[in-house]
Amino acid sequence: MRNITKEFPGIIANDCVTLQLKKGEIHALLGENGAGKSTLMSVLFGLYRQEAGEIYKNGESVQIQGPNDANRLGIGMVHQHFKLVHNFTVLENIVLGVETTKSGVLQMKEARDKVLSLSKKYAFDIDIDKEVRHISVGMQQRVEILKMLYRDNEILIFDEPTAVLTPQEIEALMQTMRDMAAEGKSILFITHKLDEIKLVADRCSVLRKGKMIGTVDVAATTKEEMSEMMVGRKVILSLDKNEATVGETILQVRNLSRRGNESKSGKAQLSNINFDVKAGEILCIAGIEGNGQTDLVYALTGLSDIDSGTIILNGTDISKAKIRKRTEAGISHIPEDRHRHGLVLDYTLAYNTVLQTYYTPRFQAKGFLKMKTILDYARKLIERFDIRSGQGEVTSTRAMSGGNQQKVILAREIDRDPQLLIAVQPTRGLDVGAIEYIHSQLLAQRDSGKAVLLISLELEEVMNVSDRILVMYEGEFVADVNPKDVTFQELGLYMSGAKRSEVAV
Amino acid sequence: MNKDALMSFLSSLVVLAVGLLIGFVILLVSNASSAWEAFRTILTFGFRGIRNVGDVLLGATPIIMTGLSVAFAFKTGLFNIGATGQFAFGGLVAILVGHNFEGLPNGLRIILALLAATAAGAAWGAIPGLLKAFRNVHEVISCIMTNYIGMFLVTFLVDRYAFNPAIGRSQALPEGSNLPTLGFQYIFREEFLPGFYRSSQVNVGILIAIFTAILMYIILEKTTFGYELKACGFNKDAAKYAGINQNRSIVASMMIAGGLAGLGGALLYTSGTETMSAANVLLPYGFTGISVAFLGLSNPIGIIFSGTLVSYLFLGGARTQVLGFSIEVVEIVISVIIYFCAFVFLVKTFLGKHIGRLLRRGKSPEQDRADKGGESA
Repeated sequence: MRNITKEFPGIIANDCVTLQLKKGEIHALLGENGAGKSTLMSVLFGLYRQEAGEIYKNGESVQIQGPNDANRLGIGMVHQHFKLVHNFTVLENIVLGVETTKSGVLQMKEARDKVLSLSKKYAFDIDIDKEVRHISVGMQQRVEILKMLYRDNEILIFDEPTAVLTPQEIEALMQTMRDMAAEGKSILFITHKLDEIKLVADRCSVLRKGKMIGTVDVAATTKEEMSEMMVGRKVILSLDKNEATVGETILQVRNLSRRGNESKSGKAQLSNINFDVKAGEILCIAGIEGNGQTDLVYALTGLSDIDSGTIILNGTDISKAKIRKRTEAGISHIPEDRHRHGLVLDYTLAYNTVLQTYYTPRFQAKGFLKMKTILDYARKLIERFDIRSGQGEVTSTRAMSGGNQQKVILAREIDRDPQLLIAVQPTRGLDVGAIEYIHSQLLAQRDSGKAVLLISLELEEVMNVSDRILVMYEGEFVADVNPKDVTFQELGLYMSGAKRSEVAV
Repeated sequence: MNKDALMSFLSSLVVLAVGLLIGFVILLVSNASSAWEAFRTILTFGFRGIRNVGDVLLGATPIIMTGLSVAFAFKTGLFNIGATGQFAFGGLVAILVGHNFEGLPNGLRIILALLAATAAGAAWGAIPGLLKAFRNVHEVISCIMTNYIGMFLVTFLVDRYAFNPAIGRSQALPEGSNLPTLGFQYIFREEFLPGFYRSSQVNVGILIAIFTAILMYIILEKTTFGYELKACGFNKDAAKYAGINQNRSIVASMMIAGGLAGLGGALLYTSGTETMSAANVLLPYGFTGISVAFLGLSNPIGIIFSGTLVSYLFLGGARTQVLGFSIEVVEIVISVIIYFCAFVFLVKTFLGKHIGRLLRRGKSPEQDRADKGGESA
């Protein structure tokens, strides 16, 4: 790819980017969120057309108008969000789009043999007659990989493939990638995790703000150097964390249960949950997505009702209290989905900073909003939390980048001076710089004597930030561990339900 | 004017132009020889003489009100297709008050009529609001039902309490029950014979409509109540997260929308120009209000102008009957023009993309990125 430029309204996503991929190599593409990695790969895969620049394959200039062209050229892609038909079997998904037919009738025999042999070659251990909705996320990813292999693709693009996997699954994926490279396939691997690059990639290209910063040999470059290239400044990779001074219990949860929807399995979403969060500690709830963490947060914050059990905040029973009562009682909530719950995207930055407090005497008088006070307050938060936006406090929140949107929520929730801060995946989709900032803010909250409940899927975050870890599996706690006494592998086993220990309250 | 407002204005003009063009084609097909004359009439009649200007304002009054009604609900994420029923119910109550309460002085009786009509419209709007909030019934379904219930109820009550068999409609209100004209008849008039004048019947109603629009703007933009309603409309999950009582917002929003439409009905039937039909017909004002709200991009101030514009087109359109165009053709033409107005958001998005690109040509990428405030790819 030479001198690729791609523009979107208001932004140049790729600015004269040149990238070279060798046969049989694993090439990592590193960059912060919004650096243009996904855009570049989408150009290569034919989802976007570049405004300028050319793509060459084996020395020849090629035109890629759409994914079909890309396929013909042997380019395949595993998207971050899988593109699978849920009520089709694995096999059906794999052949979808390139079915062999004889006078309009599907010929699956050949396809079946080929898929089976591929699956065996890479030790995928996959039941190809199962419907995709019944297999795990890791297996679904293998289906995506098989799709590419089935089409005999030579250039394989992986868009953040490890985001949804457990440590064990990540290891298996890395092995598969190495095997495929050994077969002579070329792999482009989009990520912002430096460890994985170190582990598997041969070379690494770094994008920053749409520009190619450079390509380096992974073996000869340190993680610190790569992250500096990515962010454009020095980054502290490990958190500077002192011992927690744990105070009294802030949140006490006893026998909390909530049944699942009957339309689903009817299984309990939360069964018999017991835990405490104390002042001055960061308690982390770890687990694979969809094991009840969201339901737990909804139950604590009042977004959904509970069936039984009690939630006690600072000695007051709030099990039945309305959302606003809980907020006023001292719960701050950084929600999992910042677009769905955290922000009114069509409101300005200033309006979003008062989403929880607009009705208090500070911001309204006789039913009228105090515009000047609100704008002043927003300016203060912008300065204190270094929130960047095009037009300051009157910027439409929709026009802001994800990291800065998250900072608006963080600023709003922290500035309310809560007793308990519930942060759900606060760094999801953010770049290293923003993650570093948010972690330091969480620690600052802890050190100022607040109770912090962190819900995270990222093991690294779990291990680095927390003082205590509870692992959740299928709506129950299966482990209560100290991050100092546990390894990544062990946590992974707890998370996948392969291991459990007694959980004492 | 900021960029967004400019885009809104431009896109309204574009849809209007396309609508007019297609309307012209229909006129050509219907009667080519006088099509151009008819087209000119539609475009200019409202400005031919000061009396016509008065008639435009008179005609704009009810549809500004229904436009505001639709727009208010829309700000809370609700589609008030029930403005017609609320309008009819409000109008009916105003007529009933106008015919009774003879003991009250005229001014008080009129004020009572307007207030009672607003309350009646609000009550009618509350039904779909309550059903939506507590039973999760889609407001469009229940609005359609309340439209028909309103229509039959109006027929029944007109027939029983205010019927004039000579015209088959409601009895005209006594002079003292109509809205004051504030001397407008001396401004908006034309001299058809020396010393003899024909006046428009425009009255205080248009001022009430404009005042209401401004009030609505203040409520939506300046109060905590408006903040809550709009938050529910933009993102109901975030509103819930912020502890805003959604059910209360939905009911309040539908009641206010209903009240606006009900007041609109009162302003029409106390203007001395209209009586209420006792046949089972859905009044067009509520549906026109949808177009008016769209064309005004749901902005209360914009609706004052879009309502006036639609009224202007109706007046000119009605006039083309003089040229031999049947009323049906005229209605098709006007409807086509309004129909295209529904595309205004689409055009706005389109313009935003392409004009935005034209504007950017002059700027460097760095400057542009600074304007946008960080990247978001």
